[in-house]
Amino acid sequence: MAKRIEVSGLHAYYGGVHAIEDISMTVEPRSVTAFIGPSGCGKSTFLRTLNRMHEVIPGARVQGKVMLDDEDLYASSVDPVAVRRVVGMVFQRPNPFPTMSIYDNVAAGLKLNGVRRKSRLDEIVEESLQGANLWNEVKDRLTKPGAGLSGGQQQRLCIARAIAVQPQVLLMDEPCSALDPISTLAIEDLIAKLKSQYTIVIVTHNMQQAARVSDRTAFFNIAGTGQPGRLIEIDDTSKIFTNPEQKATEDYITGRFG
Amino acid sequence: MTSPTLTKKQTSLSSVSFGRKAKDRTVQALVYLAFLLALIPLVSVLWTVVKNGAGRFDGVFFGHSMNGVAGKDAGGGAYHAILGTLEQVLITTAIAVPIAVLTAVYLVEYGAGGRLARVISFFVDVMTGIPSIVAGLFVLALWLLALGFSFSGFAGALALTILMIPTVVRATEEMLKLVPNDLREASYALGVPRWRTICFVVLPTALPGIITGIMLAVARVMGETAPLLLTIFVTKAINTNPFAEPQASLPTFIWDQAADPNQNSIDRAWAGALVLILIIMLLNLAARFVARRFKATGR
Repeated sequence: MAKRIEVSGLHAYYGGVHAIEDISMTVEPRSVTAFIGPSGCGKSTFLRTLNRMHEVIPGARVQGKVMLDDEDLYASSVDPVAVRRVVGMVFQRPNPFPTMSIYDNVAAGLKLNGVRRKSRLDEIVEESLQGANLWNEVKDRLTKPGAGLSGGQQQRLCIARAIAVQPQVLLMDEPCSALDPISTLAIEDLIAKLKSQYTIVIVTHNMQQAARVSDRTAFFNIAGTGQPGRLIEIDDTSKIFTNPEQKATEDYITGRFG
Repeated sequence: MTSPTLTKKQTSLSSVSFGRKAKDRTVQALVYLAFLLALIPLVSVLWTVVKNGAGRFDGVFFGHSMNGVAGKDAGGGAYHAILGTLEQVLITTAIAVPIAVLTAVYLVEYGAGGRLARVISFFVDVMTGIPSIVAGLFVLALWLLALGFSFSGFAGALALTILMIPTVVRATEEMLKLVPNDLREASYALGVPRWRTICFVVLPTALPGIITGIMLAVARVMGETAPLLLTIFVTKAINTNPFAEPQASLPTFIWDQAADPNQNSIDRAWAGALVLILIIMLLNLAARFVARRFKATGR
């Protein structure tokens, strides 16, 4: 299931603004890779280039190569919609569809892509909610609106929705930044569980979180306002947090700036 | 803030100063006054219409046309006019709503800021400002005179369509803009194509607002008289076919009856006005009911 991502020479732009510059890295399958760095350094932008969500924004474009195993996501023959089915995404703010029930939220990706058989949908909805550690809390109220759940439950609902389409890679853009510590713990446990099946990339502002959940950590930085973001270094999480190669990484982690 | 005011504030921590209380009261009084002033004409119109219209609000009025009934005669009714109005507005809605909603979808979801979208947006604004009689004249000139069709309910519906489209476009556009971008992105991230996202995520989320907008437009269009006079013409008889021969409508019925000096006619005009108001109210209630059923829960 899980696939390796290999990025080489990637640049991203918003109109005339050069947002990230020349990024190359490898994301290992069945592992958690965390992106850390100060605000505006391009972590989220880079994350969004990995499932072609970047180009949804008018005027945004990408240069470079993103290989998912042996397929180039940016080859001209590739359909971005198909890419997003393989590379799922969870957003910073929980965003369940407000018009849909809990069940329909989880089934949305499948239903909107033409899966109609009720038994199959039931099965996948239960599996996904189990997978997102939410099943026990919502199994008696699947027909209730998804927006009626608490923030942490909504975020797990969004994770269930993302894994219901059975992606190979799961991108998470600060999934816990709007949640309380208990819900954060629930999500972190979930990440640890999901990594046996998926390639997970998580953007986080919380360095303890990066240290707790990730196997590898990438540090991004910008030289100054208006400059494009760059990848400073990527290494095993334990190495980044104890003995980073770069001075900037050490300064950031020890809280000397940012 | 300077330090003297700060010390002053600190001393009056426990009580609101007299000046602020007075201001609060004054503004409160003004708000209530404005509310009452706005209510006076509304209540007055309703009261007058109910009082004068109730007299002829009877079975004969709903069951008969004006065929063979002269102005001075009692009896006669608005059956032909009610039927005409309902048919015309139904046709208008059927033509205008799809065009308008799709236009709004283009403006918000596809065109956003592009040159074509700006041009369309500009012309929608222009259309909003078209006096209704000009819409009637346009249909008269194009549909009836140039293309040679005859007066009919459908010609009236065409004129009303011109008036309805811009209102619905604007209302739908505003509602679509209110749909959070998060939801579109959430849908894209599931590998859902754009058109499905629009059909199954964006439009349902905006639906209650869109329905309200459509109802307001229907209400506005239902009371239009001038464009109908030029396109459906006048008739006293029942004409169930909106595609041929002149047809009646409630506004033209009211206009026709109110112009007659006989009290019986004037009573019929009032009753017609009452029926028109009631139909619009019923439609609004129905729309609210529908909108509530689809309403986004929570959030």
